[in-house]
Amino acid sequence: MAEVTMRVWRGDPGGGAFTDYTMPAVEGEVVLDVIHRIQAGPAPDLACRWNCKAGRCGSCSAEINGIPRLMCMTRMDSLPPEEPVLVAPMRTFPVIRDLVTDVSFNFEVAKRIPAFTPEPAGPDGTHRMMQVDIERGQEFRKCIECFMCQDVCHVIRDHEENKRAFAGPRFFIRLMELEAHPLDTLDRRQLIHRDMGIGYCNITKCCTEVCPELIHITDNGIIPLKERVVDSSYDPVARLGRRILRRRAPAPADDVAVKSAGN
Amino acid sequence: MSTLEDVKPVPVSLGGVRGGPDVRTLRRDPWWHFPAATVAFLTVIVTYLMWAIFQNAYYFVGASQHRDLISPFYSPCIVGSCVPGAHGTFLVIHWWMWSPAILAAAVPAGFRLTCYYYRKAYYRGFWQAPPACGVADGHTLYTGETRFPLVLQNFHRYFWFGALIFNVILTIDAIMAFRLPGDGGIGVSVGTLVLVVNAALLWLYSGSCHFCRHFCGGSVDRFSKHPIRYRLWKIVSPLNQRHMEIAWASLFWVAFADLYVRLVASGVISDPKLF
Repeated sequence: MAEVTMRVWRGDPGGGAFTDYTMPAVEGEVVLDVIHRIQAGPAPDLACRWNCKAGRCGSCSAEINGIPRLMCMTRMDSLPPEEPVLVAPMRTFPVIRDLVTDVSFNFEVAKRIPAFTPEPAGPDGTHRMMQVDIERGQEFRKCIECFMCQDVCHVIRDHEENKRAFAGPRFFIRLMELEAHPLDTLDRRQLIHRDMGIGYCNITKCCTEVCPELIHITDNGIIPLKERVVDSSYDPVARLGRRILRRRAPAPADDVAVKSAGN
Repeated sequence: MSTLEDVKPVPVSLGGVRGGPDVRTLRRDPWWHFPAATVAFLTVIVTYLMWAIFQNAYYFVGASQHRDLISPFYSPCIVGSCVPGAHGTFLVIHWWMWSPAILAAAVPAGFRLTCYYYRKAYYRGFWQAPPACGVADGHTLYTGETRFPLVLQNFHRYFWFGALIFNVILTIDAIMAFRLPGDGGIGVSVGTLVLVVNAALLWLYSGSCHFCRHFCGGSVDRFSKHPIRYRLWKIVSPLNQRHMEIAWASLFWVAFADLYVRLVASGVISDPKLF
């Protein structure tokens, strides 16, 4: 009977090592299925986070053969059968145990983003938007917060100190969604420039490559944000144009931004 | 029994122990293929480009060979040392003693250097930041594009406007290449097609640029109030998705166009007339 060897990281903040588990190969399985069989058999204390097993909840993010992927969406037959399958926790975040990491950094960053601030409702008490105005933001709403884009981003993956200054790809698409929202009234560009650290991104597109929702994080989120920041902070011609045209500036987001003391 | 009200936020501590072994990468696939190919291709192209720029010869095929072909690296040829007949004599800089290509290629080179796609390519290939996804960049300090000189990448848009001027000039060159003096007057040679394809690829490259997309409509929040900009944005967006392919194709072709003109001008090959 065919077998598969899973080389799984076992450990906690005190240290760890890879442990091999050789299991019978079952046709049609995904990596998470085999992890569950390991839990049900040789290693009942193996810790891993999962929920939906359908690629919707974003819980089972891990690094499979060194690449961030959802365990529930990675078919075993898509991996090289001749060598053990490496399963490790996400590298960017502190490990809690085995494959479970502490992703609360992301929630702290989320707190620093000023919420959607719509203009006052119309006379009938409602807000109205044209479909054409909201199509762009709908792509970003597909995010399942698996945080694999945050994990693969070398700005914080390889440089822990940058977590203080850099929000990460997941939050740039959130910021782009808000910035391009037809009803939002805040101007977050200075916040994106100064506090969210968009300048750290060197657009090497790894976030886009690993996104399980196929969101064009770089092309549709980060680069448009970079260009908006250039409009407000680097381009003297654009600044002069705004002055000549006397465009009314939206309220700067600094007034409402919640600065995180911890980060 | 605990309730939602009992849940207290957990303070975040940075710098916790990371999982997995302290190795550069766990990847076992050939991740180095892309950065290695990028380095090889860009090195060949840039080396050729530098050689061609400083050679300062064989960049124009004139009436003596019954053609009107100029290398895209040398157009517009606006210095006093340009060979007779090369276009661009409308603005002659007589004091310029060096190769005219230094002037002609500076803006297009800056446009490509600050291009979002090429940034990805050379950051991965040359600067190894990172060489591939999930592979450590190996730098002790990383500040991205927040400091000099990389902060200058933010001026990509000015190079875009400059590149449009060069696109117009090279389009005129392509039209002029239909002239076959002493060989039927007007016609099409292989050199004509080479310069036409070159101009077309350069327009596609500029049109698919990320700043072009922003300029056309990306900066607008309410497309419904700017229907023309929305339409432009819808035209440019699919092109933008192909920016990488167009960037490589146009870079290759502009070097090929120079090589073709150079081979014809030096007499190594002749430029066949098609019709």
